[in-house]
Amino acid sequence: MIEIKNLAKSFAIGKGSKLSESEKKDVRYSKRAFHSVRDVSFHCEQGEVLGLLGPNGAGKTTTLRMLSTALKPDAGSVFINGVDVLKHPLKARQQIGFLSSDTGLYGKLTAEENIAYFGHLHGMKSAVLKQRIDELFTLLNMHDFANRRADNMSTGMKQKTAIARAVVHSPKVVILDEPTTGLDIMTTQTVLDFIHSLKALKTPVIFSTHHLDEVATLCDRVVVIDQGVSTFSGSIDDFKACSEQGDLRQAFLSVINQAQLAETQGAA
Amino acid sequence: MWQVYLKELKELLRDKKTLIFVILLPILIFPVIFAVMGLVMSSTTSKAMQVEHRYAIVNAAQAPEFAEALFYHKNFTRVDTELTDVESLAEAIRQNEFDVALVIPDDFQQRQAAVEQSEWQLIYNQSSQLDFMYRYFSELMNKYTEDLQINNLTLLGVDPDRLHAILNPVDVKRVDTADTRENIGEKIGALIAYVLIPLCLMGASYPAIDMGAGEKERGTLETLLICPVSRSAIVLGKFLIVLSTGLATTLITVVSFGIWAAVIGSFAGMDVVANVVSSISVLDLSLIFLMLLPTSAIFASLLLAISIYAKTFKEAQNYMSPLSIVVFVPLVASILPGVELTKTTAMIPLTNVALAIKELIKGTVDYGLLLMIFASTVVLAGLFIAFCVHWFQQEKVLFR
Repeated sequence: MIEIKNLAKSFAIGKGSKLSESEKKDVRYSKRAFHSVRDVSFHCEQGEVLGLLGPNGAGKTTTLRMLSTALKPDAGSVFINGVDVLKHPLKARQQIGFLSSDTGLYGKLTAEENIAYFGHLHGMKSAVLKQRIDELFTLLNMHDFANRRADNMSTGMKQKTAIARAVVHSPKVVILDEPTTGLDIMTTQTVLDFIHSLKALKTPVIFSTHHLDEVATLCDRVVVIDQGVSTFSGSIDDFKACSEQGDLRQAFLSVINQAQLAETQGAA
Repeated sequence: MWQVYLKELKELLRDKKTLIFVILLPILIFPVIFAVMGLVMSSTTSKAMQVEHRYAIVNAAQAPEFAEALFYHKNFTRVDTELTDVESLAEAIRQNEFDVALVIPDDFQQRQAAVEQSEWQLIYNQSSQLDFMYRYFSELMNKYTEDLQINNLTLLGVDPDRLHAILNPVDVKRVDTADTRENIGEKIGALIAYVLIPLCLMGASYPAIDMGAGEKERGTLETLLICPVSRSAIVLGKFLIVLSTGLATTLITVVSFGIWAAVIGSFAGMDVVANVVSSISVLDLSLIFLMLLPTSAIFASLLLAISIYAKTFKEAQNYMSPLSIVVFVPLVASILPGVELTKTTAMIPLTNVALAIKELIKGTVDYGLLLMIFASTVVLAGLFIAFCVHWFQQEKVLFR
């Protein structure tokens, strides 16, 4: 179970840099800093798949980076299975698997070596690691290119390798940052199948996406982030209820519009 | 940390570019460059020595012996001219009618008879670096003046047996206290440091770029950062591999230099070179290596810090080019004539290391100063490494 409360993160702005007109209108810009994430809260239960929605630049990636301990939040708390991520980042990292669409591999290493490297970094013993890699190769049907260097792989092979690498240490939670953006249909399907298999194993998954069809088929829970604030957090049914026809696109737009209306009223 | 080290090593060894930069370049390219340079130098020199200089002579009749000697010299060819004044002769040289003109005054014999000094004018283009013409001319002139002196003095009634002592009352013989090693070490020692230190930098820069900016460009950095390994361990693993490559380049270069020096020494009968190389003990070589260790550590941490900051390969390369210029400044200072290893120069980073290497090759090193340089370079390296580790913790550096 994952619980995130009142997460916030800002980035300092260089003294010399000037803000564009549109940036000046963005409520998240102050003189000194860009408040990328202002107040994000949500939770995800065991075996649930949570879809993170929001316009470009809404703060989804920053939120996921804080969740995965790559960035330190300025405020708020993150708990994964009772472990305080901010206080014990090293311990939390053992429980997290992370993947994004632009995650790369080491081109000079083979599929097996790429996966083994991260397995070793996660402190896995060689015998256990070997068994686990074999298991993953069978699961993802990767035996054919196990010894091929990443430089010589097709996109699909690379994505499978990246998936195997992300879960080699059997993480308790998997975080995916726009995992299907820019991928072709076949490769996208590989990723979606992978999320399905995680769901079957009762591993919670948090993923950000722009594809509402993925949300419809996979998600139990939806969170909408807009301008650094989580404006909606609830079950997929609650989300559908935001639109009169139960249409996800309409629901998304109405959540965003309501939030912006509230923001302008608040400012006024 | 060692996981990171081993993996980076594996990747580097599989990369052809690294192999070329770190191993092949020092082994092959440098001897080739030096051989080509040597060949060009020696061939231009011998060419310059063989050139025939066309000369014009005015009032040759005033000094017939000299005119004759010049005429029969194999490097001089006579050209006849009507010109007599300096201006028009110089113009004729500019027009490439001949290369050199000698003007003997028309009252030369008269002045000789009266034992008075005369002024001869030699007109030629003096901008050439290899001025063999003047050397040949001077040889002839010395012979001629000596003959004249003997002639005049004999006329004045001086005992011919004592003429030599009168003409050269003192003959200075220089006795060199420097042994061959010190002598040659002074000449090549600075040059060796000048080659070794930039090589450390060059060998380290390619892997450094790959290890920081390369991770960002490939999109592997984020995954690496969220592994349950401290960021210090990651950056130290990377630092060590950059350091290793820099040192490997240097080591291979030293060995390749040694082998090539031995080969060249055995070829041309240049025993001196072979003797000097063999008189440098293993201890000296280890000390040279020891001096380069903290220096390479400074380079490695600097390069890695730059590379981590850069977003792409290209950006990293752009930042690194000025660095190599900055490194050359203290090195050039160390090869300037008159710059010696003293307490003051021992305080200048890089210059001190270059000078220490020179002293080690000369075999005249002050071990107290050496220790001081080593200690100060180690402290400096420590500071740079600490900075690099600190740098790697910064979100604004990692996620730009």
